[in-house]
Amino acid sequence: MNEHAPALVVMLPIIGAVLIMLIRHNNLNWSIALLSGISTIYYSIILYLNARSLGTISYAMGGWEPPVGIEYRIDEFNSLLIALIAIVSFLILIYAKSSLNIELKKNKISTFYSMYLLCLGGLIGILSTGDAFNAFVFLEISSLATYVIISMGNDRRGLLAAYQYLIIGTIGATLYVIGVGLIFIITGSLNLYDISIKLGDIELYRPLLASLAFITVGIALKIALFPLHAWLPNAYAFAPSVGTAFLASTATKVAIYLLIKYLYLVYGFDLVYSNQIFIFVILSLSIIAMFGASMIAIFQSNLKKLFAYSSVAQIGYITLGIGIANYNGLIGSTVHIINHSIIKAAIFLAIGCLVFSSKIVNIDQLAGLGKRMPMVALCITVSSLSLIGVPGTVGFISKWYLVLGSLEQGWWVVVFALAVSSILALIYVGRIIELIWFHAPVVGMDSENKIPFEMLAVTVLMTIATIYFGIDTRLTGDLAKIAVENVLLGEQL
Amino acid sequence: MRLDLLLRISSKIFLPFIILFAFYVQFHGDFGPGGGFQAGVIFAAGIILYTIIFGIKKAQKDFPEKIFNYMVPLGVLIFTVTGLISLSKGLNFLDYDALAHYPKHGQHIGIIAIELGVFVTVIGSMVSIFYAFVTRGKK
Repeated sequence: MNEHAPALVVMLPIIGAVLIMLIRHNNLNWSIALLSGISTIYYSIILYLNARSLGTISYAMGGWEPPVGIEYRIDEFNSLLIALIAIVSFLILIYAKSSLNIELKKNKISTFYSMYLLCLGGLIGILSTGDAFNAFVFLEISSLATYVIISMGNDRRGLLAAYQYLIIGTIGATLYVIGVGLIFIITGSLNLYDISIKLGDIELYRPLLASLAFITVGIALKIALFPLHAWLPNAYAFAPSVGTAFLASTATKVAIYLLIKYLYLVYGFDLVYSNQIFIFVILSLSIIAMFGASMIAIFQSNLKKLFAYSSVAQIGYITLGIGIANYNGLIGSTVHIINHSIIKAAIFLAIGCLVFSSKIVNIDQLAGLGKRMPMVALCITVSSLSLIGVPGTVGFISKWYLVLGSLEQGWWVVVFALAVSSILALIYVGRIIELIWFHAPVVGMDSENKIPFEMLAVTVLMTIATIYFGIDTRLTGDLAKIAVENVLLGEQL
Repeated sequence: MRLDLLLRISSKIFLPFIILFAFYVQFHGDFGPGGGFQAGVIFAAGIILYTIIFGIKKAQKDFPEKIFNYMVPLGVLIFTVTGLISLSKGLNFLDYDALAHYPKHGQHIGIIAIELGVFVTVIGSMVSIFYAFVTRGKK
């Protein structure tokens, strides 16, 4: 079955989602979800090892050979991200059971698991497909599942947040399809690899640039790149904690991968980066995101919203690396996709523990948390510190590469911006840490549910990962290097 | 209810034809215009007409909502199982050649099978959405 792994990593979560919807048994749904999660991990790792040893894998869906049929194209870069997303979402699934029992109505739990797996299948589909239109279909599958996940929280504002995201997400998908349509008119092909070859012989002219613009803006809406981030804070704040952790650590990262794929593999480095305006826009928007979103985060009182704005800022770092566009900058981006996924999963899982035990939503309720729940408090502290980029945590690694990249380009302004935005992060994280460790507990906050072992274990595991990958960069840094060297900059180096 | 006698009688006459036309579109989708999606919508339109004429109570008694809720994942399951059969025969996912001894027959069976999946899911989701709108605020 191993040669069918490209199809199986996409299909296994979707089969799980379908079975959960059909069976709808409250005791079985979690087991089915775990089963399909673990089998997805198994095949994603096989996929990565195969891509490492055999090079790019091409899988003809339905036996129709590319470029006519739909091709699944697995290389060292996307298989790395598939494995990351499969593992992170599986860990969140382990955590999900107890958290969902508290946060969701009983009759909604099956639907939640089903949507979770459907979204996972869609995201892996976006990563693995080599077909422009197929990517759109998976984008829609994952987005539709996301809207449902967001709307499921007990807070009724979640409905509005989901609706907001539905409108913006649909606009984004539409722009993307318009871009794909233009490419299709120009090249007559929907296969991304085929398009990249055909674009090589075509002179740069306006429709081509228009397609680049449509696709970039369409995907940027999904990424929540500043100023198109308006949907993100509410969506993260009002979704169930499990949903927030899942979306924050996977959904935006996959969209960023899609953008990188288009810029580097489809349009090609030369076409995109000969365009000075494009670089200027990407760089300045990233820097504004790093500043603006961090500034807004400082003034938030809702805990989840604060970290949602910090997500917008962190996405700025990743797109900054795309804009810097040299070897180190790209490694910075790739590593930060992985690192930020781990950090945000750790933080939102820890917040989920707080919601579980004492319904904490606001920052001032954190006062004295260090005494009441030292373990969770420690997790929040450590993972917040790695958001700033303290040496010894994963955040430091990604910022290090970004700084190296911008120094190579001689862009001192960017280096300065990176430093200042870290200070801004220090302010909002510092506020939380101060409340947790240096304030007396709020009176009347001690009606606590005991946090179950598996929730705490997953949270702690994620937190340890933020430190472990900050010290031992063999797994993240080196794999990112391989991905960037072999896939993205294969022709430049 | 007495006033819409004409509507009730004529819709009773129309309904079998609507359903029959849905099946026509379904089974001719492989060599004519149509297919699972259109057929599903036509079929669902029949049920929606029935609901509009005879009222939501009678409609939900004759066509329980639960059935349609289960039809949505069931159709996807039919689609996936078709793909998995190809895998079990050692061919790529959704390669219909695996479904019969002779590849051309396989392709024919395959397209009918996955269109059946689409048909089931579309009926399920169309009627579920319609029921959800009609019963809004009444539960």
